[in-house]
This record gives sequence, C-alpha cells and structure tokens, in this order.
Amino acid sequence: MSKVLVIAEHDGETLNLSTSRTVACALALGPEAVDVAVFAEAENKPAEAAARLNGVTRVLLVEHAANRNPVAAVLAPQVSALAKDYTHVLAPATTFGKDVLPRAAALLGVPQVSDIMRVLGRNVFERPIYAGNALETIETPPGIVVATVRTASFKAVAETGSAPVEKISLDFDCPTHTRFLRVEGSSGGRPDLQSARVVVSGGRGLASKENFDLIYALADRLGAAVGASRAAVDAGFVPNDLQVGQTGKIIAPELYLAFGISGAIQHLAGIKDAGTIVAVNKDPDAPIFEVADIGLVGDLFEVLPALADALPKDKS
Amino acid sequence: MKVLVSVKRVVDYNVRIQVKPDGSGVMLDGVKMSMNPFDEIALEEAIRLKEAGKATQIVAVSIGPQAVQEQLRSALALGADRAIHIPLDAAPQPVNAARALAELARRENPELILMGKQAIDDDCNQTPQMLAALLGWPQATFASKIELADKTATVAREVDAGLEFLLVDLPAVISADLRLNIPRYPKLPDIMKARRLPIETVTPEDLGVEFVPEARLLKVAPPPKRQAGRKVVSVDELVAALRERGLLS
Repeated sequence: MSKVLVIAEHDGETLNLSTSRTVACALALGPEAVDVAVFAEAENKPAEAAARLNGVTRVLLVEHAANRNPVAAVLAPQVSALAKDYTHVLAPATTFGKDVLPRAAALLGVPQVSDIMRVLGRNVFERPIYAGNALETIETPPGIVVATVRTASFKAVAETGSAPVEKISLDFDCPTHTRFLRVEGSSGGRPDLQSARVVVSGGRGLASKENFDLIYALADRLGAAVGASRAAVDAGFVPNDLQVGQTGKIIAPELYLAFGISGAIQHLAGIKDAGTIVAVNKDPDAPIFEVADIGLVGDLFEVLPALADALPKDKS
Repeated sequence: MKVLVSVKRVVDYNVRIQVKPDGSGVMLDGVKMSMNPFDEIALEEAIRLKEAGKATQIVAVSIGPQAVQEQLRSALALGADRAIHIPLDAAPQPVNAARALAELARRENPELILMGKQAIDDDCNQTPQMLAALLGWPQATFASKIELADKTATVAREVDAGLEFLLVDLPAVISADLRLNIPRYPKLPDIMKARRLPIETVTPEDLGVEFVPEARLLKVAPPPKRQAGRKVVSVDELVAALRERGLLS
C-alpha cells in the first residue's frame, strides 16, 4: 500500500490551492495514508488549512527558524529526511515545487517525475513532453517515488476534513549558503492566475502596455485573472509572472479568452486543459483558432470594449 | 573565475513534433536539432561574464552520442574556451545527467555552473537542482538577473508570485530563465574556427560516475485533440455562445 507525503506550498499566511490539488493526485494512488508536511517557522494558518483538506491523514508541522521564507537548499534535506517513511513524495509543479523536489530526490538518490497529469498505477504516470505535444507514460524504478504534480490536471479536494496537526522537529544539517532577500510581487489584487475560473489573456496584438488596460477592464468585469503570451511579456506590456505557456504557467480555467495571441505551440502548452477557449484575432489563419472552441476574426480594439459593454455590469 | 555551462542537443523549438505510430517515441529522423534554447541563454550569460572581466574560462559540456559534438562546436563558436563531451548512447535522464556533471565539476572545480532551467524535449526542469544537491552547493533556479560579487551572487528568480531575490555563496549552480538575456548568433569566421578546435572526451568511467536506475518509458501518445470549434461573426454572437455554455450569467 502507498503512503504519501505531500509537501505543502504556502506563504506563511495562506495555503496555496496547489497543495489541495496535489492531495487530489495523492488520493488517486489509492493510498492508506496521505500526510501533508507544512514547513514553517511556527504554528500557522496554512497548517490548519491543510488539516481541513479531505483525505488528509495527518498534517506534519515542521517548525524551524530557517523555515521562514525557506529556500530549496534548506527544505530539501528536511523533505528527504521525512521521505524515508513514505512510498511517495509529491509536491505541486509550481515554481516552489520545481525548485525543491529535484533537490530532495537527488539527496535520496532517486529520479524525479515532473508534472504528473494522470496516475495509472502506483508507479506508472502520464506526463507531458515537448511542450505538451506528446504525453509519455513512464514507470518509475523501485524505491521512493518523488514527483511533482501538474495542478491543472487535478481538481482541488473539498475542505471538510479535520486531520490532526502534529508538530515535528527534524534533525538536519541546515545550510547557510543561501539567503532569501525579498519577493517583488505583481498580482494587482486580481485572482490568482493558476486558480482563477476565468482568465483573460493578451498577446502581441495589444501593441502597447497602455492598451493592456482593455484586458484589465474586461478581466475586472468578469472577475477574471489576467494572463499574457510570451510576446506580450517580452515587449514589456505586462510583468513576466503573467506569462502562460510551456515556460510560464500551465493553467486550466473554465473559460480562457485570448486576445491578439497567435497561438505558438509554447503558449498552447499552457492552456490545453482549459474548459472553453475563446480566441479573438484579426488573422483568420492564426493557429489559436485550431484549438479555440469559439473564434472571432476581428479587431480586438473593437471587440474588447464591445464585449465589456455587453456583459452584465453587476460582476465585480 | 571558471564557469561551467552544460548544453543539451534537442529537437529545434520550431519543429512541430510527431509521435511515432507505434507509440515508442517521437520521430527524430531528419528533424532539425539545436542547442536547447535555455542552454543558449546560460552560455550567453557566461560569455557576458567573460566580456565583463568576471569569468576567465568557459567550459561547455554535453552528454550523449557523438552528435552532441555539433552543439559543443556551436558553444565554441559562440565563445566557450573548452568543450567536453561525455559520451553515452543516449542523453541520460536528469538523475544521471546530474551525477555525471557532479563528477565533472569535482574535477574541473568551476566557481559557477550555469545551466538552462529545463530542456524543451523532456520538459523536466530537474538537472540543475539535482546537481546543486549532489555538490552541496547553493542553487538559484529560474534566474532572470545575476549580479556577481567576489564570493557571492545576487540572483533575481522568476517565481509564481513575481520576482524573488536570493544571495548565494559561490560556488553555486544557477539555472537560466528566458528573460536572463537574448543570446547572440555565432559569426561565420568563428564557426569555421570552431571546427578545428579540439573537443575533449571524458567517459563516465573516467569520471567514476555511479548511475542509478531511471524511469522506464512505456508509451508515447499524442495529446487528445480538442474538438474543432466554431467561428462567430459578432460580439453579440460571442456573448450568446458563452451564455449557451453556461459561462456567463
């Protein structure tokens, strides 16, 4: 039977939704236990939130002064120390999980699986390769399975559980060679791109940073998150943490609206799991129309304001 | 300062790959191969460090069959001082690539290892982190800015929440994100010159690498195709189509 350790992602205040989706992947293994490890400076809200996730057996609260803004070099030895009691160690395939988990796997001397999309057996998984243009099925060798989970492929679990929270202190060699300095964020108060139901995205077709206000206006009308193609980020229209695609964020909203995005394969890799894709582009041959459920060939500078006007005004 | 840069030979990023009908992999015959784009960025950063007088020697390394020497020649043409080929029948998975690179690093003693954040074929995003772990060095992944001081580096990292800044002691492993720089193109005379430069071969046996079991590939399949959509001709029709799907109130 499988015993799964899920590494929680949090910012000290809020448990990231990616943790819940990783628990969902853990449950797909049909495990006898799913423990969630919360690494923190002290007892915190994220540990309580993790305890409410359905299917969680225990929350292990690992307290250490170095776990305030922890870096991978500090977390990895803790993860590998805990891992020895488990058959599987899972973390979300976010920048957090991608940074920490390979380091922990190397300390354990095992391979790591990146971006699990589907669980086909206790050590058989499906994952995307070549920017999502192919899916590979792989079988991990005997030993602890260490893997990151493509969160867009799993639905968050309900929050009606009540697992016990156990405090743990680990004996590990805490390195001092890496210092966290600061984070500069840029969400602007809008929903998080990776958990939003609706995402409005703009590309090179917006032509300027100022014009992106049209995207923000529509997004606010829909209560949506804002995304962007690499071209829009490179042109300086928006900050890079809004980039959707192979090298940016992989998202799976119910509705994805793409304006002025041609649909390069690297971008499509980030939206393949979206429920409904709407594309507005003046080029009828843009590749985005090959994947769009609803396409409108037209000038986005006319469509964007007209669409905002046509929507119910009571949405915030 | 000696800088080690790893380069991987991958299918060119512009190629639309095709899955083999028997599900054994993707078609690679006659497909254009190139240096992994993130590795180009890592190499460019090393070259800029050399131009700024901070790096003294750039060593490019690649693991895999004879053909990877093509990418090592590109690295030499761009400005690497030496090239090392670790021959293997096929590119190893990250767990073993990191093991081989760790042994090479122990031999070469670089003060900085620059790598791409991920290879665009396997999309793993693991090797730099694993290498840093094996060496016990700091890691700064997804770097979009690197400022080198005497014994430290300040790195801006592209994380989901925005930009994270880390201060790491050297030696360190830093993996390059897209926005670290824009790589240059090699000049024709440099390409000609690089053809004559030696490429050192260091076998896994020379390095004493202990490989571990890798994941076994069972099948490769094309992703499920999305249903062909429909075109609408006006905003009103678009709104109606969204209402029909229950996506708008």
